[in-house]
Amino acid sequence: MLAVLAGVFVYPVIGMLERGVFTPEFSLQHYYAIFERDLYLRTFWRTFRLSAVVTAVTLVLGFPVALLMARSTGGVAAIIAACVIFPLWTSVLVRSFAWTVLLSRNGLVNDALMRSGLIEQPLRLLYTEFAVVLALAHVMLPFMILPLYAVLRDIPKDVIRAASAGGASDFAVLRTIIVPLSMPGIAAGCTMVFLVSLGFFVTPLLLGGSRSLMIATLITQEVTQNYNWGLAAALSTTLLVVVLIALALLGRFVRIGRGTKAMPK
Amino acid sequence: MTTRRRSVTNLTMYALAYAVLVFLVTPILLIVPMSIGENRFLEFPPTGFTWAWYNEYLTDPGWIDPTILSFQIAILVALLSGVLGTASAYAVVRGGLPGLEIVRLMILSPIVVPNIVIAIGMFFLFAELRMLGNIWAFTLAHTVLALPYVFLTVGAALQKIDASLELAAMSLGATRWAAFRLVTLPLLTPAVVSGGLFAFIISFDESVVSYFISGTRDKTLPRRLFENLEYTITPTVAAVSTLLIALSIVVLSLVWLVRRADRIGGNR
Repeated sequence: MLAVLAGVFVYPVIGMLERGVFTPEFSLQHYYAIFERDLYLRTFWRTFRLSAVVTAVTLVLGFPVALLMARSTGGVAAIIAACVIFPLWTSVLVRSFAWTVLLSRNGLVNDALMRSGLIEQPLRLLYTEFAVVLALAHVMLPFMILPLYAVLRDIPKDVIRAASAGGASDFAVLRTIIVPLSMPGIAAGCTMVFLVSLGFFVTPLLLGGSRSLMIATLITQEVTQNYNWGLAAALSTTLLVVVLIALALLGRFVRIGRGTKAMPK
Repeated sequence: MTTRRRSVTNLTMYALAYAVLVFLVTPILLIVPMSIGENRFLEFPPTGFTWAWYNEYLTDPGWIDPTILSFQIAILVALLSGVLGTASAYAVVRGGLPGLEIVRLMILSPIVVPNIVIAIGMFFLFAELRMLGNIWAFTLAHTVLALPYVFLTVGAALQKIDASLELAAMSLGATRWAAFRLVTLPLLTPAVVSGGLFAFIISFDESVVSYFISGTRDKTLPRRLFENLEYTITPTVAAVSTLLIALSIVVLSLVWLVRRADRIGGNR
């Protein structure tokens, strides 16, 4: 049975590699196309750039949450954990839908900005890179918070107490003790968020529109609109190779499967 | 931390942390009031109160048929990945065979391989087999995606169970299978059940692979939701989303209850 599953997983991937070069017959034309047409390279570059921004945003926003979570006990800790884990297990579709409503022309965000007098005309928020980054960061935050929490929780409290007693300010403690000691978690969280963002499908499709295409959306268009399966396979293969290279470079920080989806306690 | 001073650093950190927690939860919860507003165009704050959108969902076969299919698939996936995840976790944790590291990486690889790549590959496969929209195509595809999480959950629990318990049973004449079934499996049950629940919700919410391998008639609920999100957003979408949120909460609560019962029972 496992063999069947291996088949269901491995065979398609191999079939895809094959299709990228054998449609209709052996040639590298689809790969040339990727490098020839500006659109594809630009989209790959945008995918990289947005994934990097999302990684940075989730790190900055996720770190305080992980720290608070590690320092809380009892009921407060349970509530914080619930706030992090509940979104993680809510359909990505639902979470992206929430943002399309919030960011629409007469959505809550525009409404609030207009009422506060900051803007006079509603801003075009949906189908922008801003929308993609915001919603993607929202979706990815738990993937950052949980690995950070796992390392922050294990920093011995005595070390921090000793430093404080010795006269270190909280900022100094943070900068010289907590951040350096949490490097493995930072690396793991960043790797995870960056890799998953690179190939993310739902959120960029619903919030990015045609002006802020990411690579997964482009692949989808080749399949469903242009019926160019060969090119779709070549693009998927390229994405897979990119992700594997990134994983090889960053992966020594991460043991796959640790802190990816924490279970509610 | 007994003597924490209220420094600017800490205050800023905690204020930011609470703001982020609000940011995490609020957008999701805002969907709930929108599903009961009277306006046909989604607005916030909603005006009036109506169950009409839930009614529309419940009476439209275009929504209900995918819902039933999704339930069937999710149950099959929970069972299948529960059995396979437990078997493979047992093999990897307890077995001494060479090559197990490769098995482990194989099982876990769907976590890092982009879902879009898996989806495109499966689309080619099932299109060739003329299985687009087939319930077994969905089941197999979702099992591949859910297996890592069952494997990790059961594997973690298995590592905490003393292997010598089984050895003791076997030294008293139990076969390997009997030792597993009578000694280890009862201790593992909470982990297997939570793993199965995770698999259920992963399958039920899965939208990427389903986007590609759905047929024109036979599609899962997320696939159907996707169509509406891409073209026409109606309050019915908010109603369906609210139900999906509720389902996630129910499943997570079940997992929590299973774990708590396990702890109180003194297994760990």
